[in-house]
Amino acid sequence: MLLEIDNLDVDFKARRLTVNAAKSVSLHVEAGEVLGLVGESGAGKSTIGNAIIDLLEPPGQVSDGSIRFNGEELRGKDEDAMRHIRGDRIGMIFQDPQTSLNPLLRIGEQLVETIQKTKRVSQAQAQQNAIELLESVGITEAKARMRSYPHEFSGGMRQRVVIALALAGDPDLIIADEPTTALDVSVQAQILDLIRGLCKTRNLGVIIVTHDIGVIANIADRVAVMYRGNIVETGDVKQILGDPQHEYTKSLISAVPPADKRLHRFASVDYIDGTGDATANTMQRIDINTHWLGKQSQLQQTHIDKDNKAPAIEVSDLSLSFKLQGAILKRNRRMLKAVDCISFAIAQGESFGLVGESGSGKSTVARLIAGLHKPDAGSVEILGQSVLGSQKDPLVKAARLNLQMIFQDPYSSLNARLRVLDIVAEPIRFYKTSDNEKHTRQIVKDLLDHVGLGADAALRYPHEFSGGQRQRISIARALASRPRVLICDEPTSALDVSIQAQILNLLKDLQEELGLTLLFISHDLPVIRQMCDRVAVMRHGAICEIAETETLFESPQHEYSQHLLKLMPRMDVFG
Amino acid sequence: MLAYILRRLGQSVLVMAVVSLISFSLFNFVGDPVNNMVGQEATREDRVKIYQELGLDDPIFTQYFRFVGNAVRGEFGLSYRSKRPVDELIKERLPATLELVLVSAVIALVFGIVAGVYTGIRRDGWLSKFILSSSLVGVSLPTFIIGIGLIYLFAVTLRWLPSSGRAGIVDLGWWRTSFLTLDGWRSIILPAITLSLFQLTMILRLVRSEMLEVMQTDYIKFARARGLSERAINFTHALKNTLVPVITIIGLNIGALIAFSVITETVFQWPGTGLMFIQAVDFADVPIMAAYLCFVALVFVVVNLIVDLLYVFIDPRIRITGR
Amino acid sequence: MFAPWIAPFDPFDPAQISLWDGKLPPSWVEGGQEQYFLGTDNQGRDMLSTILYGGRLSILVGIAAVCLGMVLGVTLGVLSGYFGGLTDTIIMRVADVQLTIPGILLAILINGIGRTMLPLEMREDFAIYVVIFAIGLTDWPQFARVARGATLVESQKEYVQAAKVIGLPKRLIILRHVLPNTLRPVLVIATIGLALAIISEATLSFLGQGIPPTTPSLGTLIRVGNEYLFSGLWWITLFPAIALVVLVFAVNLLGDWMRDALNPKLR
Repeated sequence: MLLEIDNLDVDFKARRLTVNAAKSVSLHVEAGEVLGLVGESGAGKSTIGNAIIDLLEPPGQVSDGSIRFNGEELRGKDEDAMRHIRGDRIGMIFQDPQTSLNPLLRIGEQLVETIQKTKRVSQAQAQQNAIELLESVGITEAKARMRSYPHEFSGGMRQRVVIALALAGDPDLIIADEPTTALDVSVQAQILDLIRGLCKTRNLGVIIVTHDIGVIANIADRVAVMYRGNIVETGDVKQILGDPQHEYTKSLISAVPPADKRLHRFASVDYIDGTGDATANTMQRIDINTHWLGKQSQLQQTHIDKDNKAPAIEVSDLSLSFKLQGAILKRNRRMLKAVDCISFAIAQGESFGLVGESGSGKSTVARLIAGLHKPDAGSVEILGQSVLGSQKDPLVKAARLNLQMIFQDPYSSLNARLRVLDIVAEPIRFYKTSDNEKHTRQIVKDLLDHVGLGADAALRYPHEFSGGQRQRISIARALASRPRVLICDEPTSALDVSIQAQILNLLKDLQEELGLTLLFISHDLPVIRQMCDRVAVMRHGAICEIAETETLFESPQHEYSQHLLKLMPRMDVFG
Repeated sequence: MLAYILRRLGQSVLVMAVVSLISFSLFNFVGDPVNNMVGQEATREDRVKIYQELGLDDPIFTQYFRFVGNAVRGEFGLSYRSKRPVDELIKERLPATLELVLVSAVIALVFGIVAGVYTGIRRDGWLSKFILSSSLVGVSLPTFIIGIGLIYLFAVTLRWLPSSGRAGIVDLGWWRTSFLTLDGWRSIILPAITLSLFQLTMILRLVRSEMLEVMQTDYIKFARARGLSERAINFTHALKNTLVPVITIIGLNIGALIAFSVITETVFQWPGTGLMFIQAVDFADVPIMAAYLCFVALVFVVVNLIVDLLYVFIDPRIRITGR
Repeated sequence: MFAPWIAPFDPFDPAQISLWDGKLPPSWVEGGQEQYFLGTDNQGRDMLSTILYGGRLSILVGIAAVCLGMVLGVTLGVLSGYFGGLTDTIIMRVADVQLTIPGILLAILINGIGRTMLPLEMREDFAIYVVIFAIGLTDWPQFARVARGATLVESQKEYVQAAKVIGLPKRLIILRHVLPNTLRPVLVIATIGLALAIISEATLSFLGQGIPPTTPSLGTLIRVGNEYLFSGLWWITLFPAIALVVLVFAVNLLGDWMRDALNPKLR
């Protein structure tokens, strides 16, 4: 038994209350096996990793239980003794390779320093070891790269360096805390392969801490599921994913969008008390013909009538370049083609997906359509009206009003200084689409109720809400403009899976009810499959392939689409 | 990298051009230069003659370029008050100011950085807490009050040190220094401490807060997780990263020291350029004001240029991206 | 603020001043008179009252100067940050150039020029406004930089983009969304700026460039007292100096407290 944790309690003592981040946690790891520790944010999974190497952020402390490493009790060891455990016998890998390396030191220096600390070897020997280490984690021309600084590496390469640093002391156990969360899908797969390979060849014990069930399915031998500081279920990965016993595990797994089939909506994911899926049962369906949301303001009505059959969004030959490096001479300027000659049309009522890795330009397309960037060339039409002309033109204004957007980051998409009421009421008040202030408040409460927040939310401030609830506020704000087209730019990528399932359900319901057109942008293929009728795959600013969702997933035509689909984490690998 | 240096150089030249424009317009804003030259009782012909001699009938651009041309050679004309060339006056008084600023800068940097690092590492020690609370008092003490206090304590009451002036000067021909005699050191020590105290507390607080910030970063956490010793973490990893912003402050700091030397020199009657400037302002002696303005801006620009170059050596990210 | 009500004497009322009572030490020292608790100055004014009035003047000048600098700086900074491009370049270059000349020096210079441009007979009466103007004008780049930085961060945030998508006009976006969210760092700078402005005013007055002795501020009092320091009349300098330091210290404490209270990271 490499590591054995028994009844571990970790407390964070604040001034008034004590938070139990981990409650009687028991786990064990054998040499040569990968243990996945999975849970949503706030489950306490990272706390366990930090507790093992005694690096809990104050005021956190282990209050009870035991941590035995190779039969030796780690609890109660002094700082000096722990320093010889860390690095030498237990290695740690953190989430974000951008910030894990000291930007001012060459990676060679950082490696040599660590090697010399853990093994008493000469400078030259340490250099040699460092080069071998870099090679073993898949860095080519290791000798030359020793002299590079961290910023000269890409994200994936940096994470390899981080892994090399964690391996420098030849540890028996590696704790990897969300090691691939900050990386792109294709890089993610490589890093996971590397970790799994190292585990087997060096006979290491590995603990992978992650929120992503896909990662667990790909790499782990055994899984421990954490929920609110408790381990609710442990077992073999096949058993946990295929036949979960605990209610929480069941709802967690049912919230993961399946990659292989399209569901009508996600099964009940309301295990998480307090934040239950309010929309599922309590929401009253509204009749679009009589409800406020169904009416059109004068501005909208006079210019774009209801029988308009033009595509909701039509873009053609859209291009935009960003200046990477300004220079006086034109030939010295470095430009990035963020969007390169893109054309597509979305019919009214359709759900259209844009999928691609980070930097593919998919968000830029959304911003171009929403008018947040001005294109270098090409045209954008909303409901048949070109919107690139003068923004003062009432026709352009009316068309723009028919399009609203939901953003990625729920924490920055709401003005923290305004009450929820004022946030949601802003478009209503600005365009005077209600009869009076009392009516405005009624509409806002109605909207908040409809997105599953309850009317009471109106008088509170954004910081009182969780990420998922904030996203609901964003949706209510977008609806307050009475749009017919909704752009969703990665609306759930900052959320936990169970919350993601709720928000996706809400969006589906709203679309059905209000006949909205959706432009749905995501890097997450399974999510796209659940949400969209048609999909465009983007890469380097251009569209590789546009196809019906089912067609794309069953028989992708373009090489890049095939590549992406192959990398897509599948839950069914073991099942 | 070359582009980076060139851009910084270009910016410096631009700054100097604007400052010289301001200095130049001082001549036109503040009083009538002819009046200042000849006094009230001159005849009309005299005035016209001087007017033409000074080239004041030329177009404004010509005048400005002539001013810049002269300024580059260090010529700012005659002082209205003493009727001596301004560059001569400045050269005469420069050593006093520069020596004062140098000693203060050394005091401020050495004590500021050492105390800042100490309080950053030993966050909860009683000495840290003491240093920190006294630093807040230090920030609240206006320079002239420190000066008066030190004079009263060491010169008036204890009579250990001279209260004012610059004594023990050794003339090296090109430089008149007070570093070579005990008297010289005795006279410089009070003004230097006075001048440095405010900067010292600023540097101390900055270094400490930077240190605390760096200690929160992921790479420090990762260094801990690799089991590196506290010593290696504090001095190899944290200190170097702390120094990057601190160096900027050092640049600003030198400028501030020169500015506050005006006050210190007044309190201690130290015969430097600052004292000269304050007297010039009193008498609206424009050539001296203009020259002093350019001088201060030049020092500032040069120091900042050096700081920017230092960055290149400390921070590898600049070398590549050129930003 | 309440100087006129708590001060035992009115230092500007000639009827209450007698030169015979000049240069009296504090009441507890031999030779002191009971009604002059902290002694009198060279003109026979009661020190305690003069300090109270002077302190009030120092605070008022400081606040006025900071307000001037803040309004100017925040306006320019927010515009600069929000619009970017040429507006940004011009405003920030001006700020850069101004920052090459240290604040106190510039204040002395602006103050000196301001005084020379006024007719002689108006100089004393307008001295206070010239000082406020000089310090305020020196202060603005700090505010502009902070406000610009905060504006850059805020206007990248998605709530501002959401407001754009709703179609709100720029004026409304700036006033309703961007500005309120930039004020937090600006307020912290403002309290530190207030301490510096009070010091600047005192320094100007101490150098004889600021507020005239007829309506003395703390700096002026210290300047006057400094001339008598060597003759042993220590109280004319000491008490205003203590008052000034305590005042600045209090403002600095307030600033420190605000920085901690408003910094979400430290909570």
